[in-house]
Amino acid sequence: MNWLIAILQTTLFVVLAPLLAGWLKWCKCHLQNRKAPSLLQPYRDLIKLTRKQPVVSKQASWLFVIAPYIIFSATVLAASVVPLIAVDLPTSASADVIVMVGFFAFARFFLALAGLDIGTAFGGMGSSREMTISSLAEPAMLMAVFTLTMTASTTNLSGAIAHVVNEGLVLRPSFVFALFALILVAIAETGRVPVDNPSTHLELTMIHEAMILEYSGRHLALIEWASQLKLMLYGVLIANIFFPWGIAETFTGEALGYGLLTIMGKLVLLAIFLAIAETLVAKMRLFRVQEFLSFAYLLGLLGMLSHIILEASR
Amino acid sequence: MNIEQTDFYTQVILSMAALVGLTSFLMLGQGRLLRLIFVFALQGLLLTLTTALAAYSLDNPHLYISAVLTLVLKVIFIPWMLRRQVLLMNMHRDIEALHNKTAVMLGGASLMVFSYYVLHPIVQTTSPVMLNALAVSLSVVLLGMLLMISHRQAVAHVVGFMSIENGLFFAAIVATKGMPMVVELGIAFDVLVAAVLFGIFFLHIRTSIDSLDVDLLNRLNEVDK
Repeated sequence: MNWLIAILQTTLFVVLAPLLAGWLKWCKCHLQNRKAPSLLQPYRDLIKLTRKQPVVSKQASWLFVIAPYIIFSATVLAASVVPLIAVDLPTSASADVIVMVGFFAFARFFLALAGLDIGTAFGGMGSSREMTISSLAEPAMLMAVFTLTMTASTTNLSGAIAHVVNEGLVLRPSFVFALFALILVAIAETGRVPVDNPSTHLELTMIHEAMILEYSGRHLALIEWASQLKLMLYGVLIANIFFPWGIAETFTGEALGYGLLTIMGKLVLLAIFLAIAETLVAKMRLFRVQEFLSFAYLLGLLGMLSHIILEASR
Repeated sequence: MNIEQTDFYTQVILSMAALVGLTSFLMLGQGRLLRLIFVFALQGLLLTLTTALAAYSLDNPHLYISAVLTLVLKVIFIPWMLRRQVLLMNMHRDIEALHNKTAVMLGGASLMVFSYYVLHPIVQTTSPVMLNALAVSLSVVLLGMLLMISHRQAVAHVVGFMSIENGLFFAAIVATKGMPMVVELGIAFDVLVAAVLFGIFFLHIRTSIDSLDVDLLNRLNEVDK
């Protein structure tokens, strides 16, 4: 029964991710006075791409073909670790937050390899940029998450979220810092506006798009889907770690339905904030990204410090 | 004592302290003057909220007056005046290139640790809330000084100076549960006078070296070379 719910939760993750991307695009279009595509447009794009025949260069090795499958499955595995509608599921009990970061790193490694494999200038450039950014973002992310895990004294995400829920409303200074740090890291890691622009193919600025430039057909569909999934994963992490109220702690139909409703509400709100931020902020120069991420790291560090100093027992 | 066992007032005060510290860090890394002034106003707003909260929870009505004074002076008047100066002198498009920003930020973080280290002996004699609030306000003071050292524009120096005053004010509100009214009025008028004086200084610096970049003051000489 528990495994069934765990599988259901992961399926929900995979199915809802394009919807979130569609909603984000819808908000952004309306904020920028453009006509918005339908909310279901990402699904249509995915279906269209799946039907098309993928074109693979003669020079491409087996790595190029296999990479989209590896990336997609690693992201799905990472999604299965994160509690979406319920805590205490068997999948989240078997892996903790460090494993989740590991899955991300694994997917990124193969994405970078695929970018290099084809031998175009753009692929190599994108891979090199992606690795630079991720090497700076990962410590900041771990720092922010460690603040949570130190509060709950477990690195298990499900256990930590249950701890925050059961404690009731406690205002923690460290969580304020960790929240901001995690938001900055999420923006950098999912390639949103101040760091990367997902909707452009301008050669000087693109990072993620440069790596996947050679992909087409179902390979491209899988990579796009994986990046939508990653966006949703970060959204769920932020929503469920810092505002976990509403998540199901028992496996009754009622609690699960309520959990689903609340997380969807939270994601809708989060996407609106993200759309507003993306509309207001201009993309920054590539060489300023390290300042952005070192600020995120600093916030994570301050969160950790204020946890140790302000909140720890004496 | 764990934070879960403290009352709600304490939790809010601690969160406010953290946010005030955060605004100090934001100011430290800010190269644009208008944004610097905006963050300074935000810090003033946080101070106002803290004061109003202290007034409410301690049932101390005269703190409301001090909250209103803070609001008027530090959130509206001084930022407005600084903003007007910046716009008048046409400096709002300049970005100040900070020397080694990351090092300055990490220096700020170590100043925060240092202020905890200095104040740690006090924990024996007082409540942990007091220690934390005092430590955060001490670090706000030190970060204000670091801001004055690391920036070169005179406007940034004024903001740094005012944020030092913010740190002291925060300590006073949290630690003493409201100073006597006379003291608060005195401080408020001191700040006001300081703001006006700085305005005059700006004018003089500008007429003598035609810029507000204080590094240029090094070039002034008694004799012509």
